[in-house]
Amino acid sequence: MSYLPKPKIHHPQLPKNTLGLTRRDYEGSLSTLCAGCGHDSVSAALIQACFELDLPPHRVGKLSGIGCSSKTPTYFLGPAHGFNSVHGRMPSIASGAAAANRELVYIGVSGDGDTASIGLGQFIHAIRRGVNMLYLVENNGTYGLTKGQFSATADIGSKSKAGKANPYTPIDLVQLALQMGAGFVARSFSGDKEQLVPLLKAAIAYPGFAFVDVISPCVTFNNHESSTKSYASTRRRDRALVEADFVPLAQEITAAYAPGDRHTVTLHDGSRLHLKKLAEDYDPYDRIEAMNYLQRNQADGSVLTGLLYLDAEPTDMHAMLGTDATALNRLPFEALNPGGAALAELNAALR
Amino acid sequence: MSRLAKVNEFVLRFANVNGTGSASANGLVARALFRMGLPVGPKNIFPSNIQGLPTWFEIRVSEAGHTGRRGTVDLMVAMNGQTFAEDVRSVESGGYLLYDSSKPLAPELRRPDINFLGVPLTEMVTRQFANPRQRLLFKNIAYVGVLSALLNIEPEVVEQLLREQFQGKEKLIPPNMQAFELGRAAALERFACPLPMHAQRRDAVGDRILMDGNSAAGLGCVYAGATVAAWYPITPSTSLVDAFSAYCEDYRINPDGSKRYAILQAEDELAAIGMVVGAAWNGARAFTATSGPGVSLMTEFLGLAYYAEIPVVLFDIQRCGPSTGMPTRTQQSDLLSSAYASHGDTKHVLLFPASPKECFDMAVQAFDLAERLQTPVLVMSDLDLGMNDWLSEPLAWDDAYRPDRGKVVTREQLEDGFQFYRYLDVDGDAIPYRSLPGTHPSKGAFFTRGSGHDRLGAYTEDGAKYQDNVDRLRRKFDTAATLVPDAVTLRDGGNSAGVLYIGTTAEVMPEALDALAAQGIELDALRLRAFPFTERVYDFIAAHDPVFVVDQNRDGQLRAMLLIEGNLDPARLVSVLSYDGMPVTADLLVHSISAHLAPVRALAMGASA
Repeated sequence: MSYLPKPKIHHPQLPKNTLGLTRRDYEGSLSTLCAGCGHDSVSAALIQACFELDLPPHRVGKLSGIGCSSKTPTYFLGPAHGFNSVHGRMPSIASGAAAANRELVYIGVSGDGDTASIGLGQFIHAIRRGVNMLYLVENNGTYGLTKGQFSATADIGSKSKAGKANPYTPIDLVQLALQMGAGFVARSFSGDKEQLVPLLKAAIAYPGFAFVDVISPCVTFNNHESSTKSYASTRRRDRALVEADFVPLAQEITAAYAPGDRHTVTLHDGSRLHLKKLAEDYDPYDRIEAMNYLQRNQADGSVLTGLLYLDAEPTDMHAMLGTDATALNRLPFEALNPGGAALAELNAALR
Repeated sequence: MSRLAKVNEFVLRFANVNGTGSASANGLVARALFRMGLPVGPKNIFPSNIQGLPTWFEIRVSEAGHTGRRGTVDLMVAMNGQTFAEDVRSVESGGYLLYDSSKPLAPELRRPDINFLGVPLTEMVTRQFANPRQRLLFKNIAYVGVLSALLNIEPEVVEQLLREQFQGKEKLIPPNMQAFELGRAAALERFACPLPMHAQRRDAVGDRILMDGNSAAGLGCVYAGATVAAWYPITPSTSLVDAFSAYCEDYRINPDGSKRYAILQAEDELAAIGMVVGAAWNGARAFTATSGPGVSLMTEFLGLAYYAEIPVVLFDIQRCGPSTGMPTRTQQSDLLSSAYASHGDTKHVLLFPASPKECFDMAVQAFDLAERLQTPVLVMSDLDLGMNDWLSEPLAWDDAYRPDRGKVVTREQLEDGFQFYRYLDVDGDAIPYRSLPGTHPSKGAFFTRGSGHDRLGAYTEDGAKYQDNVDRLRRKFDTAATLVPDAVTLRDGGNSAGVLYIGTTAEVMPEALDALAAQGIELDALRLRAFPFTERVYDFIAAHDPVFVVDQNRDGQLRAMLLIEGNLDPARLVSVLSYDGMPVTADLLVHSISAHLAPVRALAMGASA
């Protein structure tokens, strides 16, 4: 119940990050979602990821559309501004916000209805535009707030609570993201925090469009035996391909890794991303191969998870637009206004 | 045969095929007459097409300053076979028609009461120029030469304009001049030049400029300090963003090539307005430009921006609706759909510019108002103003101007203990405070939502708290009425009858009032510049009877808004309507108003007899 503030009492021994903040400083209001909702686990993973990344919470913009998933930005990062906007339109809000201020971190939370149906156009265009953000879909194959209709990501044959089978081809958001040119594409499971937290850290730190599709079961409408997006079904079919861990530049010294089994990608700011391949035949740096592999290996019902694709030379909207390195909303008026003398010259040219 | 004889008061109409470069030649004629010190009103009447369909261009020349569309033609430059018969019919008796006599004219196309002026333009340019594209383009310049002789347009002025136009591409000047001279010589050889109807140099424009409204509005956005433009291409608004882009390239590029602005071409209008909302929420001055169909698509977001109180600036360059309508024809038909855009109880601030100078000024005002009031502001221009060159007062700028960013709390204020609650009416003007993302580590953050919220910014489904908030939003609209540009009086002679109007109707109103006065009908006139309507508007209505309301739409939308907002008796306001897609004429106003008053006057005269 989000209108009830959480008590602000901290355990004195709570661990602190380099900003001197505890995990509690990254929390939001109490969740109003159903008990056991996968989305609450995702919010908890986001809190953990931001805490571990030492992100100043107020330097994050939390954006969402409409739906159960879109309610969740209230439940993490209380000191950050949030924007619960219009159904399916979070990507345009994110694009405008990122255009205005390139200095904040943007976390967009959406759902399968919000992204794969009403917002499909905005989703793929935000990818094309290269908005520097984490675009997170909490994917449960169902419309929760309107009580259990199939969404466009529901698998063919998956049954509703009332026993009806979905006849329509599912939209695979990961495939779309790959095709549209997203630089960072991952899939995970709300029930696998070990995998999810490092993936979210890497996605947040990634300087470009990072897409994470999280299977996040709906305990009320889509967690029954014949659903393919239930906890049980997802656990059964989950096959991790690539493990990821993100290490900010400042923490490099303290992190110890066993050599040999990991591949390291150094990002522009010197931060490092460590990848561990769990499937020998998978290449997460080859977009076309990744798409082929996913197509071939999902046919048997496997849910392939992990960091599925990484462009180690990321670009973003501001690079494409060639904008000033300073946030546009911080530029002084004098830098924007040509002044009266220039206008007099323009008048003269119009006579 | 009679020949119209007038100096500096005439209408030229050019009938062309679109995609042949005629618009720039016709614009050259307009600007040459303007350079001769004559007020001109050029209007491009073009199809929704790139090449091959009929297009017309009108230039009204009026030393008296009546630059609005007159609706009749004194000299037709008939260069389009497809429309030739129609073009012949549209010339005033005694008027002139210039045609290409390379092929003989079919006798049935002739009219005994107008003067046919044949020049073998195609033959001449074919002989002179080898390249087919050149032949097409220079035929246009050749008829400019013919008109120069016929109408006494000074060749030195045309030459100077060509020099300016081709600055940097100097090798294009000699062939253009050659084509011009070719036409001029052909006319001098064939006809007694100038015609009895011609131009003479005057000093009747002063320091005024010739500019289109979209360029002025785009430039206004640059001067206002807008940094984010998001848009989806749509006629007739496209040139506004094009202008913003071009002026930004002139004034907003850093030495290293980086840009102090961002232009996002969205996937549709829904995304365009969403980007503006996102950028404005984040503290940038952001805008979009669109037309009626775009406003329809943007309405959901406009409701969010109204309810979540986000400053949005939207330029609606209105065109003929409904649906696709006539996308290249003008109208003022988005008034209701803009004023009350979106579901639920919504009302938006509208501005009504009537000249390029006002497009510029109101662009700046729109950002100040949007940020002061934390609400969308829609600048309601139209195709006629947006895409045609208008004679305008010069643009002016006060270097002391600083943008009004409204009630934005700073980090320092929060640090000093300012109690920030997003939707609390602290100052009694119904305008709350807002904070920008990233301002303070622990204070000032809030959650923006389109769902029910209370004074403190928290989610609510409590009816009383919801109502308290929407009542404040309504009161905020009262505050808006005190801040928007007030209506301006054109005539105030203590007359009983009055007329209200907005936007482009302004171009013909003085002429219409003069013509009515000549018939013994005196009216007071007030031009509205904004919605919400100011007190002056309702005072004017109270003081006049009848009150005419001019609308360039079928249903009298401005009149409807006046009735709704003023809770007036519908009988108080009489509609004067123009909605055929062409700019309103003085003639239409005169006829509509005098027809309405005729029975009243007959009665009055009967009583006095």
